[in-house]
Amino acid sequence: MKPEFRKKSEVRMRAAAGPVLRPSVFGLLSGFGFQLSGFSAVLLLSLCATPAAPAAPAPPGMVRVPTGVFRPLFRGDVDPKEVPVRAFALGVHPVTNAEFLDFIRANPRWRRSQVKRLFADDNYLKDWAGDLELGDAITTNAPVTWVSWFAAKAFAAWAGKRLPTTTEWEFAAAASPTRPDGENDAEFKKQIAAWHASPSLTRWPPVGTSRANFYGVRELHGLVWEWVADFNTAMVTGDARGDSGLERQLFCGSGSQGAKDVSDYAAFMRYGFRSSLKADYTVHNLGFRCAKDL
Amino acid sequence: MKTNMLTLKALQALTLTLATAGLIAAEPDSTKPKGPAAKGTDSSLVGEETAVLTQAPQVPPPIKRTHATKVKVKIEVREVVKKMADGVDYLYWTFGGDVPGSFIRIREGDLVEFTLANHPSSKMPHNIDLHAVTGPGGGAASSFTAPGHSSQFSFKALNPGLYVYHCATAPVPMHVGNGMYGLILVEPKDGFPKVDREYYVMQGDFYTTGKYGAEGLQTFDQEKATDERPTYVVFNGSVGAMVGDKAITAKVGETVRLYVGNGGPNLLSSFHVIGEIFDLVYPEGGTVASQKNVQTTLVPAGGSVIVDFKVEVPGTFIIVDHSLSRAFNKGALGMLKVSGPENLLVYSGKEIDAVYLGRQAEAGSESEKQVASLQAQMKEAIKSDPKISGLTKDIQIAKGKGVFMQTCFVCHQLNGEGIPGQIPPLAKADYMMADKERSIRGVIFGQSGEMTVNGKKYNGTMIPMNYLSDEEVANVLTYARNSFGNSGDAVTVPEVRRIRSEAPAPAHTGDKYE
Repeated sequence: MKPEFRKKSEVRMRAAAGPVLRPSVFGLLSGFGFQLSGFSAVLLLSLCATPAAPAAPAPPGMVRVPTGVFRPLFRGDVDPKEVPVRAFALGVHPVTNAEFLDFIRANPRWRRSQVKRLFADDNYLKDWAGDLELGDAITTNAPVTWVSWFAAKAFAAWAGKRLPTTTEWEFAAAASPTRPDGENDAEFKKQIAAWHASPSLTRWPPVGTSRANFYGVRELHGLVWEWVADFNTAMVTGDARGDSGLERQLFCGSGSQGAKDVSDYAAFMRYGFRSSLKADYTVHNLGFRCAKDL
Repeated sequence: MKTNMLTLKALQALTLTLATAGLIAAEPDSTKPKGPAAKGTDSSLVGEETAVLTQAPQVPPPIKRTHATKVKVKIEVREVVKKMADGVDYLYWTFGGDVPGSFIRIREGDLVEFTLANHPSSKMPHNIDLHAVTGPGGGAASSFTAPGHSSQFSFKALNPGLYVYHCATAPVPMHVGNGMYGLILVEPKDGFPKVDREYYVMQGDFYTTGKYGAEGLQTFDQEKATDERPTYVVFNGSVGAMVGDKAITAKVGETVRLYVGNGGPNLLSSFHVIGEIFDLVYPEGGTVASQKNVQTTLVPAGGSVIVDFKVEVPGTFIIVDHSLSRAFNKGALGMLKVSGPENLLVYSGKEIDAVYLGRQAEAGSESEKQVASLQAQMKEAIKSDPKISGLTKDIQIAKGKGVFMQTCFVCHQLNGEGIPGQIPPLAKADYMMADKERSIRGVIFGQSGEMTVNGKKYNGTMIPMNYLSDEEVANVLTYARNSFGNSGDAVTVPEVRRIRSEAPAPAHTGDKYE
């Protein structure tokens, strides 16, 4: 099950050539809701990708993110400059309160009153009205927040999925609405920067309302932070210094040492946020979405 | 619904407290023998206290105790929208809810137990790097805290002095640029000399997407920050934070000490108090007052200074960054208001208000006053309607009168009538009003030969007035063409400039050659 190593040019071509027609089709289908459009995207993708190799379809509610190359923000001297990413399926939107409630109903041990403190801190699902009640203060199809990494992981397993890796998440999130290399999309970068510089919301809007990115994924930016499977290896913090030969730290000027793009403040903030977490933490603006192998 | 929210809030507060308490209780277990606190062998420490924290411009009271102690400091990080200037809001990231952050005052040798709480509503994780800490990162790694959590670490204050603290989370220019800095004073064992008043002043540069004064909620502009082109440079977090009734105060005869910090993130401050001289300066926030009698002291970004001065006379003393565009255009301006009796031996006030006439009537002359008044009128008019610019001619006339009174009136007379038979008149002069360009040539290149003005012949010589600037020529001719019963259009600077660049040959002769 080793990842495929293709020639760079070949990989890039695939990533770029596959979904050329999609934006317009997404426009046509947008009225049918994100679930449908995500599903349609799969059909379309398989159509587009047929000349090279038949692409595995993504399950409902997910889209296929094609094989490509990711350039990490941080790397050590011995780490590769580019990391290949195998095609995978990613949730179109973050997991919602309603979806998480289904999980809780099926798994009583993840109820707020029963969860082990080891797996979720005191604030777990704190904005819900009760164990099985969402209450008026939150929106059913808003992203679920106040969930720990353990809880997110358990949800994904229950759904037959998994959490995306940092590499997968960042690779998918690098795409703007119009191109896979969002770093070259000035308007996209401006919008992300504006979100990071704006006050945090106190109540989350529903998912699926923002514009889909190049791959058909929504709300990777501009709504909530998201857990990833390997959040605690993404960055070397003070506590983890012993784990690495690197003198790399996230703090002060040294935070930029070894970074791919020191002007990518948004990426610094994502990496910074992840490295401030522990697996039992729950935070008001931290949710998650699922991924799946194809 | 409302009660629901209230309960929720109360619950939030409670759970946060519980979480914090839980963390602190869980901290010093066997796996984490960190800091002198865990060792518990520091015999120099007597007792325990909680630090008094203040917001600028206030400073906590001087420390009276003569021994080291354990000091608990707790600061809460909050991301808050506050006023940057009139009509301008900004999302500040703060230590304690304000910019600059809470002032911390401890004594050399104290053991500080520092708790950093990050408010549950924060969008970002934050931490703190105190320059007073001896240890990697200045506490940054140990205090890195996600929203809704808190961290604790301890340090011993080995070195006395005035130190900056700041958030050191990447991207650090944004965290600091949003206001995450403050001062911690570590008093030397013997303290600093006593003064009457102490204040906390901290400069910072801000980078907003809109230009200076652009209204509404402004957000951090990364490009301006990277280029070090601040929109605002302010004392104590916002424009006007230290002016008017928010000015710091003192009484005549008192000694004032300012604890001055510069959070940056980028600019250095040329710190200056207009009309005062710093009697003592502790450069860069060290503990030796190595300079006396200083006008302007440099405060590096991420650095500080302590200045002492006695206020001798009453009045308002303006505090500026003497890189003056920042004071004039970007907000780096504060006030110290000193009350008490005048001391005329030290400062007399204005003793003589006299007219001074230079080569051209300058400040104080009637025409200058008129110009000033007209300029004010024009400014006012333009303010209410930008299209109004017709007052330009009136200004030219007023200025031109100054030139006329200096250069022309001896011959042409105050009333422009000239001298019969010798000097042609300007008043209702058909010759002058008939040809604007000829007049310009005449002034610049001189005029000689026979000419007929208002039916009378003249044959004299006017010397070239080529020392007059283009603007002066334009103004004086505009004055002449609109005085003495004349009414004409203005002569503009470009017209004068064009004619001055011409060869003078055919220009300065009179009627009979034409």
